[in-house]
Amino acid sequence: MPLNGELGMISSDNRKLMKGKMMIKDYSRVLTGLLLGGLSVSLLGGDVTGKVTFKGTQPKEKRLPLDALCSKTRKPGEIATTRFYVVDENGGLAEVFVSLKSVKGDFTPPATAAVLDQVGCEYTPYVLGAQVGQKIIVKNSDPVLHNVHPTPRVKGNPESNRAQLPKGKDLDFVYKNAEKFLRFKCDVHPWMFAYVNVMDHPYFAVTGTDGSYTIKNVPPGEYEIEAIHRKSHAPKYVGLTQKITVGADGATADFVVDITKK
Amino acid sequence: MNFSWAFRVIGAPSFLPTVSEKSAYNSKLHWFAVLTAVATLGLIGIGGIVTSEGVGMAVPDWPNTYGYNMFFFPFSQWVGGILWEHSHRLFASGVGLLTMILAIWLHGRGGRKFLRFFLSPLCGVAGLVAFSLEEPRLQDAAFLLSVSGVSLIASFVWPRCQAASPRMRALGVLALVGVIAQGILGGLRVTLFADQIGIFHASLAQLFLILICSIALLSSKWWARIRAPRREELIGRRIGYGMLFLTVLVFCQLVLGASMRHQHAGLAVSRFPLIAYGEVWPATDEASLAEANRERIDHRDFNPITKNHVLIHMGHRIMALTLFTLAALFVGITVRKLPRGHWLGSALIVWFSIICLQALLGAATVWSNKAADIATLHVVFGAVTLALGGLLSIIALRLSHPVSLRASVPSEALGDLASVSNRTTPGMAHSLF
Repeated sequence: MPLNGELGMISSDNRKLMKGKMMIKDYSRVLTGLLLGGLSVSLLGGDVTGKVTFKGTQPKEKRLPLDALCSKTRKPGEIATTRFYVVDENGGLAEVFVSLKSVKGDFTPPATAAVLDQVGCEYTPYVLGAQVGQKIIVKNSDPVLHNVHPTPRVKGNPESNRAQLPKGKDLDFVYKNAEKFLRFKCDVHPWMFAYVNVMDHPYFAVTGTDGSYTIKNVPPGEYEIEAIHRKSHAPKYVGLTQKITVGADGATADFVVDITKK
Repeated sequence: MNFSWAFRVIGAPSFLPTVSEKSAYNSKLHWFAVLTAVATLGLIGIGGIVTSEGVGMAVPDWPNTYGYNMFFFPFSQWVGGILWEHSHRLFASGVGLLTMILAIWLHGRGGRKFLRFFLSPLCGVAGLVAFSLEEPRLQDAAFLLSVSGVSLIASFVWPRCQAASPRMRALGVLALVGVIAQGILGGLRVTLFADQIGIFHASLAQLFLILICSIALLSSKWWARIRAPRREELIGRRIGYGMLFLTVLVFCQLVLGASMRHQHAGLAVSRFPLIAYGEVWPATDEASLAEANRERIDHRDFNPITKNHVLIHMGHRIMALTLFTLAALFVGITVRKLPRGHWLGSALIVWFSIICLQALLGAATVWSNKAADIATLHVVFGAVTLALGGLLSIIALRLSHPVSLRASVPSEALGDLASVSNRTTPGMAHSLF
C-alpha cells in the first residue's frame, strides 16, 4: 500500500492539508482495521491441512450380501463392498480420523447436528466426527426398515437400540463422554456400520476420498496431531502422531498409513 | 475311586426315579418328551444362526416385536436379521409350549385341574386386563384369551393317565421353570444390552437340553429295563464317574464356546492347526493384534480382537484337544473292559464319533472364516455331544449302581454284582438312588 507516499503530500497547502488529514483518518482506520484483523487472525490461528496416504498392498474388500429389498435400493448391477481401505489412484486414504490431541478448554457443542444417513442399506458417511454434547441425527433415506444400534464402549455413553421405519422420523443421539470410533450398527442388515468419533474439542476432521483433510481455525500454538485409521489402528485406536506448530498461516501435517510395518 | 460319600452329601443322583416310584410306562408321553428334546435342539440351532449371523439385536424390543405382539408380527416384515431373531423367539415359544404340556402331562389327570382352575383363569384375567386398559392392547388380549379358551377346552379332553413318579413330576416342573427362565434371560439380553446374559442364556440352553433328554430317557420303556439290568450288562463305577467327568468337561467347553460367540469378535485366531509360519501360540502384543485386526476383512465387521479374545479362543482349542484325548482314552479303555458286544460300548463309540465330527467342524469353522452355516453346525453338534454324554452318564451311573437285577437273572449274579460295584447290593444301591 502506498501509505508513505500519500503522507508526504500533507505539507503542500491547507486544502491539501485538510484533505490530507481526512486521508490520514481514513488510513489510520484502515491501519487499525488491519492491526485488529491481524491480531484476530493470530488469535484464531489458521487451518491445519494435510493428506493421509496408504502404503502397502490394499486388502481386497468383501462383497456385501445385500438381501432382495436392499438390492432394490441400488442401481442395477451395482456391487456394494466393505469400506475398510478406501484408497484413490494417488494413494490417498479416505475415512481417516485426524484430530489434535490433549486440547484443553471448555468448548460449547455446536448448535448444528452431525448427520448420519442410511442410503442403499449403508451408513453415510462411514466415519463421522462430533463433539461431546452435540446432537447426532440418524436419518433413514431408505424405503427399508432399519434398527439403529450404537454400541459405545466408554462408561457413561449409553447403548441403545431403536427401530427406524422406512423413510421414518430422524433419531437423535447425544453422548457425554469422548469416545473414538463409537460403532453404529444395524442388526437387521448385519453389514451396516458407521463409526462416530465423539471429541471433547472441535479440532478434528475426516479425510476425503483423496485422503486430504482440513481442521479449521486452530489457535496458534504447539500441538500433537493424530491420524487414526479404524482398521489399521484397532483395537486401541492409537494412531500416527506428529508435533506441529500452528501459526497465522496454519500448519501442514501429512501421514502415511503403512500396513507393511508391524 | 468311590464317590458314594459325595453322593450322600450332595445327593447328586437322587433325581433318578427309584423302584418305589415306579409308574406305568406311557409311550405317548415318552415320544412327546423326545419331540420336545428334538425341538430344543432345533431351537439351539436357530440360536446358533442368530449369533453366527450377528443379528441377535435385530428386534430391539421384547417381549414385543417392533411393537407387535410377537404372534401378530406381519410375515412381510420378516426380513434380514429379523427373520432369524423373530424365528428364534417364535420357536422358543413353541418349545415353551411343548415343555408346559410335558410338565402337565407328567402330572397325569391332575393336569386337568391345573388347566381348568389355574392356567385358564389366569390367562383369561390377564387378557381382560389387557383389553380394558386405557389404550387397549388388543393383540395381547386376543392371545391371552385364546390361551385361556384353549386351556379350558384342553382340561376336558386331557388324558386321564396316571401321574408319573414325584421325581419325574419335579423334573417336569424344573423344565417348565427352566424354559420360562430361558425366555426371560433371552429378553433381558436384548433389553439390557448385556453380552454376559447372552453367555448365560446359551449355557443354560445346554443344561435345559440335557434335562429334557433326561425326561425322555427316564420316561422310556428302556429305562425300566436299565434299572434292573442283566448281570452281563453291569459295569464298574469308574465308567459312570468317568463318563460324568467327561460330560462336565464338554459343558465347560460349550461355555467357553458361548463366551467366544457372545464377544462378537469373530475369529480371534484365524489359522488352524498352526497359527502362522509354524508357530503354535499366537502373539498377543499390541503390534501383532493390530496386524491381525488389519487383515480381517469381513462384512460383519466384528469387534476388534483383543488379547482376552485370543486367550479364550486358545483355551477353547486346548480344551478341545484335552477332551478329544481323554475321550479317546476313556472310550478305548472302556470298550476293551466291557464284555464283547455290550451295547454301552457301541454307544460310546457313537459318542466319540460325534466328538470327532465336532472337532472337524471346529476346524472347518476356522478354515471357513466362521461361515454362519458351519459355525451353526458346530453349535448343534456341541449340544448333541453334551446331551448324549449326559444320557450316557445317567445310564452308566445306573448300570454301575443298579436298583435290582432282572428277575430272570440267577441269584448267584448278586455276588458278581457286589464285586463289580464294590459294596453295591440292591439295598445299598437303593439307598444311593
